Parts: sequence; C-alpha cells; structure tokens
Amino acid sequence: MTDMALNRTAVERPPAPPRRWTAGRFWGNAVVALWVLIGVGFVWYLASSWNPEFVEKYGPRYWSGLKVTVSLVLSSLVAGALLSLPIALGRLSKNRYIGALAYAYIYTFRGTPLLAQVFLIYYGLGQFSNELKSIGLWGFFRDAWNCGFLAFTLNTAAYQAEILAGAIKSVPKGQWEGASALGLPKLFTFRKIILPQALIVALRPYGNEIILMIKGSAIVAIITVYDLMGQARWVFSKTFDFQAYLWAAVFYLIVVEILRNIWAWIEARLTRHLIR
Amino acid sequence: MRISKRIVLAAAAALAVTMGGAQAQDMMKLKIGTEGAYPPFNNLEADGSLVGFDIDIAKALCEEMKADCEFVTQDWDGIIPALQAGKFDAIIASMSITEERMEKVDFTNKYYNTPPALAAPKDTDIAGVTKEDLAGKVVGAQGSTTHSNYAEATYTDSEVKLYPTADEYKLDINSGRVDAVVDDVIVLQDWLATDDGACCKIVGTITPVVEIHGPGAGIAIRKGEDELREKFNAAIDAIRANGKYKEINDKYFDFDAYGS
Repeated sequence: MTDMALNRTAVERPPAPPRRWTAGRFWGNAVVALWVLIGVGFVWYLASSWNPEFVEKYGPRYWSGLKVTVSLVLSSLVAGALLSLPIALGRLSKNRYIGALAYAYIYTFRGTPLLAQVFLIYYGLGQFSNELKSIGLWGFFRDAWNCGFLAFTLNTAAYQAEILAGAIKSVPKGQWEGASALGLPKLFTFRKIILPQALIVALRPYGNEIILMIKGSAIVAIITVYDLMGQARWVFSKTFDFQAYLWAAVFYLIVVEILRNIWAWIEARLTRHLIR
Repeated sequence: MRISKRIVLAAAAALAVTMGGAQAQDMMKLKIGTEGAYPPFNNLEADGSLVGFDIDIAKALCEEMKADCEFVTQDWDGIIPALQAGKFDAIIASMSITEERMEKVDFTNKYYNTPPALAAPKDTDIAGVTKEDLAGKVVGAQGSTTHSNYAEATYTDSEVKLYPTADEYKLDINSGRVDAVVDDVIVLQDWLATDDGACCKIVGTITPVVEIHGPGAGIAIRKGEDELREKFNAAIDAIRANGKYKEINDKYFDFDAYGS
C-alpha cells in the first residue's frame, strides 16, 4: 500500500528539466557573487580596522545620534500619519475647493526638496523671531529639534496622504455600495471595511516612505540637530577617518533591516485571510 | 578661398599648440581649493567670482611661483578629503595649522595669524569671554574648525551649537537662537560692519591656545609633496619681503595680519 502510494507520486511528478547554464543564469550568479564579495570585503574592513579606542571614544556619540534619528523620525512619522488623514480625505473629496487645497499641499511638499523645507522653517522663520515672539510661538521655533520635527511632519504628511488616497481609491466601489445597502453608516464603513483593505495596499509604500524618511533625516545636522549623520560628520572632523561614515552607514542599515522585518510581520498579519 | 582659410586655421592651431606647450613647460598648473563662505578671507560673490584676503594672497603666491592657478570651491567639511582625492593641489582657505590636521595633510608655514574673538548681541549681559561668563548660554561656532574645538573644550557649562558655515550662525544670532558666537576676530569685525551684523558687537578677543589654535593659518597640501611645500614657503617669504603682502594686507586690515 505504502509502496504503491510512493510509486504513484513518483509517476505523477514530471522529471525536473535539466538546468542549463544560460547567459541569464550565468550573469545572475556572477552578480550575486560580486555582491557577496563586496559584503565580505565590507565586513572584513570593519573587522580589521576595529579600534577599541575609536569605539570607546566615539561610541556614545553614535548612540546619542542614533537615538535622535530614531526619535525624530518616529515622532514625525506618527504626527505626519495623523495629519495625512484629513489631507487624504480632502484629496478624495467631491468638493472642488477642498480637493484643490489638498492637492496644492501635496504638490508643494512633494515638489520641493526636504532640505529646502528644513532650511526655510529653521532659518527662514528665524528671521521673523520678533513676530513669532509676539504671538508666543518662538518658544517652539527656537528649538532646532522642533523645527526639524515640523518640517519632517509636513513633508511626510504629503507623501502619506498621497499613499493613503491612492489606496482608498483602489478599494472597489462595490464595497461602499454593499455597506450602504446593509445600512451601515459612512464613517463605520470607512473605518471597518474600507480602511483595512486600503492599508494592505498602502503597506509597502508606507514602508518605503519610512525608510526614505530615516535616510532623509540625515540632513537635520545643517540646523544643528546632531543626529546619526551629524555625529558621524563630527567624528570625521576629529579623526579624518572614513570609518566614521562607514559606521553611520552600518547603523542606518541595521535600523532599516529591523524595520523591514517588522513590515514583513505586519504584512503577514494583515493578509492572513488571503493565504490559501 | 576655402583652402587658404583652412591653411590659416591649421597654422593658427599649430601655433596655439606649440605656444601652449611652451607655456605649460615653464608654467606649473595648480588647482587651489577654497571654501568661499568666509569673508573677508574668501568669499563667493553674487556674480560667482571669488574675492578675499586668501584669494589675493593665493594669486600673489601663484604669480611668485610662476604657476597657472585655478580656484575650486569646496564645502569646509569635505575640504581635506577633496585635497587627498586630488580634486585640487592646495588648500588656501584660512586653515589653521593643527596637530589633528597634520596627521592627514602637510602644511606650509603660516601666512597669517589673527586671534579668535567672541561676538554677542549689543544688549547682551555677557561681560567676558571666560567659561564663567558664558555659563548657561548658547554659543555658536562653525563646525570642524579650531573655533568649534575651542568652544567645545572651554565652554563646558554652555550649550555649543555647531553650524556648517559661518553664514548660518550669523542667521541664528540674529534670530536669537544663540547668545554668542566664536570666530576669527577679522571675520567677526567684517561681519559687524555690514547691515547683517548691526545686531552685535565684539565682547572681547580670546587668547589663542597653541594646542587648539596652532601657530596660524597655513596652506595645506597632500602629504609628502615637499617640493610644492618649499615652493609655497619660498613664495610666502618672497611676498613678505617684496611688499606684495603688505599691499594686500593694507587692502583689508589696518594692522599686520601676519602676526608676530
């Protein structure tokens, strides 16, 4: 009986086609080998130039820079996500004026460099310190971290709104109509039926946006916020050793890798009903 | 007609090539790196031209060395790596000669030495330039400079904010984000004389610390290029001796910037 079953499965499977060394396969392997070599070289360089003095002297600086980067990006992402919701709804609004307003916001913040936005908010608004003092906002704008936070929030809100609007539009109209036929209120429909489906579509672009934000945040050092990149530059100015930047790159890589794993987990969780 | 035109052109081209070749033989070609954001020493004007004490000195030195010089502007943070990478052959950008830098590049003798100073808004309550005077204040300086090193080492009871260029700390002292800034006294005076600097005054000069400030500003070149260094040193001595230095100096300052 067992033998028969085994035989049957053996017969049912067609023999595997011979794997030829096609040009594509050859170059694919060559490129992967090259990547592996570069990776090994990178690790070997870091290991061979491992300098306990460097680590002891500058390690705390990298750590504080990492904390600044993570806290700045995290808080502006959350604030940006909250802000992006009304903007995305404005983008989808049937009212022409609200739609145009939301579009203008997204257009402005996506169309201009983040560097310019940070610079304008910190140094530009700094020109109006007397006016800001008189309306009591200077306390907020005086602090460089706050300015970075505001610029990142406004910027990421534009991107997130566009991601969200696109994702909501991707949910078939029938879902709205079905819910409405069942007599469900609009807000409830949006929250419980439309948004969960939209988020599946939005998840990957969101992940991209967060990764871009983490790397984009490296510019805040120009407004004297010493994040990971700022600290790396400081260390470089003391040592003139390129290791300073290499370590910063390694830390960014680690943060992004952690995020990638979290994202894979969230996606698996959100799409568990789709697994067949 | 066409043929004769061609011959003339070819002859002209040949002439240009031979002349150019002859020129290249006795004219050493040099690329000079500078920052272009540090008036009155080196500054990029609105029309794209470079002006300043460093630039005039560099031109005088090139003339003295019979070198054909070309200027390259480069951000301060990356100016030493750019020299090492061969983007230019010498840095003439008010770079102080320090131990840390000497591990990576060679320096000529100094070509000027002026003291650092502290500037603050006119209505400031900062009375002096010591650590105690600045306690609890925010002090600004350009990052990766001897001034930022001094501020970080000295004003340990203050918050030290570091800026990519001098332009940015000027903006921030105007807006009130920093209470005082540290830089070369010449740079500060030059800025205070403009509308932008009308906010502020010099609180006092800072006595240079040799370990931090070094012997003055020198010309940085790649390690081991002793011939070039000696040429620069000889040229500095020559323009000091023949009055060219004094001519440039008097254009900018009412005292001898060379120092003692």
